[in-house]
Amino acid sequence: MNWGSAGNFFAMGGYAFYVWGSYGVTALFLVLEIVLLVLRKRTITQRLGRRIRMRSEVKNEAQT
Amino acid sequence: MRTINWFKYSSPASFYPLAGKLIPYFTVLAVVLTAVGLYMGFFVAPTDYKQGEGYRIMFIHVPAAWMSMFIYLVMAVYAGAGLVFNTRLSSMMASALAPTGALFTFLALWTGSFWGKPMWGAWWVWDARLTSELILLFLYIGFMSLKAAIDDPRRAARASGLLAIIGAINIPIIYFSVQWWNTLHQGASISITSGTSMEATMLTTLLVMSFAFWMYAIAVVLARVRCEILEAEGDTEWVAAQLGKGQ
Amino acid sequence: MLTALWWVVVRDLTLAMRRRADVLTTLFFFVIVVSLFPLGVGPEMNTLRLMGPGVVWVAALLASMLSLGRLFSADYIDGSLEQMILTPRPLAVLVLGKVLSHWLVSGVPLVLMAPLLGVQYGLSAQALGVLVVSLLLGTPVLSLVGAVGAALTLGLRGGGVLVSLLVLPLYIPVLIFGAGSVEASVTGLGAQAHLSLLGAILVPALVFTPWATGWALRISME
Repeated sequence: MNWGSAGNFFAMGGYAFYVWGSYGVTALFLVLEIVLLVLRKRTITQRLGRRIRMRSEVKNEAQT
Repeated sequence: MRTINWFKYSSPASFYPLAGKLIPYFTVLAVVLTAVGLYMGFFVAPTDYKQGEGYRIMFIHVPAAWMSMFIYLVMAVYAGAGLVFNTRLSSMMASALAPTGALFTFLALWTGSFWGKPMWGAWWVWDARLTSELILLFLYIGFMSLKAAIDDPRRAARASGLLAIIGAINIPIIYFSVQWWNTLHQGASISITSGTSMEATMLTTLLVMSFAFWMYAIAVVLARVRCEILEAEGDTEWVAAQLGKGQ
Repeated sequence: MLTALWWVVVRDLTLAMRRRADVLTTLFFFVIVVSLFPLGVGPEMNTLRLMGPGVVWVAALLASMLSLGRLFSADYIDGSLEQMILTPRPLAVLVLGKVLSHWLVSGVPLVLMAPLLGVQYGLSAQALGVLVVSLLLGTPVLSLVGAVGAALTLGLRGGGVLVSLLVLPLYIPVLIFGAGSVEASVTGLGAQAHLSLLGAILVPALVFTPWATGWALRISME
């Protein structure tokens, strides 16, 4: 498929808004899904990390 | 020949590290396939005779629609397994699949709308496929809402699991009834895909993009189920060990 | 087994009769919703005639759904639901009894009211006849499928809205064939196909949904 020029490619034969609107929104939401997952993982590991540290502190105190 | 004990991985504790090891492979596959698919979609597939360049939206719309339906079926199977075998990991997988499935359904609807506007002149057409996708989105939302509304994790998993199975059984009925409704109400049945003639390169690109989405979905769902496992099993020893290793 | 069914129906009907207001509010909701659409759309008879079957059917769906909360909640609260689950009688039969009385109390009034409301939309006598038959076949399915939703959401906050979200997508085939049957008969295509499909949905629903509802009740009551 020979587009001729970058301009032609971005213009998509007049359908630019629809094609890029579709591909753009798809890319956006897929990236968003990944970002939200990373945030969720970070939140849970931080929270659990705190709890584990607290428990080991309690255990240390109990032993001394 | 040594037999693999697959049931070893049916406990959250052993599945967690396995999933963690698998995610990078699926990520790489997803990235590679997406790159190939996009290249083919924009630089190999020719201009369509009737729809010009606008038809290229199909390379996202159709794979997203396929994934939305495929994921729902997989979700229902895991939900069923969770109900029948009482395995928590199965229910967690069903729960992890839902948001990704709902996302693909939304993308199928969005891209379908953006495809329909230039081709049929309206932002929304009540063709059988789009209408069925809309109902599928409602089914996903129902599943997620029910699970969110129940505090007890066991009841939440089982109730939403039953709902998923009922939804899966209803999907053919819903699709059939919507098809029926659509063809009776419109003399010339409008179909989003009826405008394109499928060339070989187009079909190949579709398949590549579908696999790309599939690999992406697996990677994302594995990552999400790891979060679910952590949230459910947070206070156990093995979690402390894993987090200690920085996993 | 039939005696168990009979006694459940008699019990539920007696209880419903003591709370007639609940029953009547469902019916009034149906009437009001159907009467609202012309106010929103305009009194042009040709438009209304086209819309009529669909509007009556959607209103029936909504009214049926609103009454689902009553199906199990009273028994759940006073403990008799737990007793029903524990009895040696098959739970599916007891559920079928409850659904049957729910339909008699919530569905049948809609069927009887529909011709009067259809007149508001200028529907012909033939169309009204098909409308009544379609509702007669469809409202039991609404009660049967709705029961599963009611069982899944037993005792939850936001129960009413949540049930709607779960159950309305499953109602869609009934809506399509129900409203479609009237339109088909009016345009001369004949309502047989649609009505047969409604029947084809009703029979498996009668067989499978009580069992699914029983399963859902056990899940909710654990």
